[in-house]
Amino acid sequence: MRNLTYIGSFLVLFLSCKPENTFERTPIEIISENNISIEVYDFENFKPFLNVNDDTVYVINFWATWCKPCVEELPAFIKLDEKYKDKKVKVLLVSLDFPTKIKEQLIPFIKLKKLKLEVIVLDDPDQNSWIPQVSEEWSGAIPATLIYTKNKREFYEQSFTFESLEQAVLSIKK
Amino acid sequence: MKRIQFLMLVIVGALVASFGLKSDSGGYKVGDTATDFKLKNIDDKMVSLADYKKAKGFILIFTCNHCPYSVAYEDRIIELDKKYKEKGFPVIAINPNNPEKQPQDSFEAMKVRAKEKGFTFPYLFDDGQKIYPQYGATRTPHVFLLNKENGKLVVSYIGAIDDNYKDASQAKSKYVEDAVDALLKGKKPATTETKAIGCTIKA
Repeated sequence: MRNLTYIGSFLVLFLSCKPENTFERTPIEIISENNISIEVYDFENFKPFLNVNDDTVYVINFWATWCKPCVEELPAFIKLDEKYKDKKVKVLLVSLDFPTKIKEQLIPFIKLKKLKLEVIVLDDPDQNSWIPQVSEEWSGAIPATLIYTKNKREFYEQSFTFESLEQAVLSIKK
Repeated sequence: MKRIQFLMLVIVGALVASFGLKSDSGGYKVGDTATDFKLKNIDDKMVSLADYKKAKGFILIFTCNHCPYSVAYEDRIIELDKKYKEKGFPVIAINPNNPEKQPQDSFEAMKVRAKEKGFTFPYLFDDGQKIYPQYGATRTPHVFLLNKENGKLVVSYIGAIDDNYKDASQAKSKYVEDAVDALLKGKKPATTETKAIGCTIKA
């Protein structure tokens, strides 16, 4: 019986993974409210998102609901996703909202904006150790975006318009 | 022909150098000499570092009202000032944001926030957003620890206050305290640069 439970939970875990994921997701916590579930990661468990080794272009945007320029550039990422989601481009929004604010601010924000892009939360207080692992160029200010594919990566500590974002993605895609 | 090649080399060299300089002009590095300024404090008086004749240095912090990371560190900034003002390293806080972009960071709102929290240190307004680019601050909060050496203000540490924004009691490394303690003993800080997430400065 216990074995069955194991297999069952394994199956659930397996099925809940989206097909484009090539690694097993290991969030440290999942916070749910209003039918929206947010996976929370520390840096160790978040790392695989930065190192998928295939020919998809991964666009990893670091943002937070309290960050005005981040919220202002979200439409560019939404438009990019709409235009390129079937063309091997995957957009991931990594929220740096404080974990205590996930139910209070992040989930209501996702609901209000009808945000369809995937959002996960990165929560790891020892920022000095992980910021350089995302990029040596990153001072820590957000918005910031990492765009990478197999063998190529670019980091941008800046705001994007749709045009500049598309340009950045296409330059990686080449 | 040789001459042209040489010229080309010079041009390429100059370009590379200017590019290098460009990335360096992003502000001070540890060891650089910082310039003084004259900025308006929340009591409407102008403040310069030169006013502090007896100070051994300064814990200069670019911070603001609206940023959750700044708010998370407010109590710790007050504690830093209380602990080190008497020892010769007062906190000087500067709000670098343009209130037209971020209305919560207006001069009037600074006065309100300072009163609410009981700031014990000057909270200056970088009117026109001219000082923060000289220092190379990119986010709030962003600390520049200055040490007076032979009359010069030498940048001795740049970065975060500690390694846990969520909970001061859980911080394993108190970067600023460690750095000031080292300077007070006449030593160089062991850690001179750290990174942290923060709110982009809105110019």
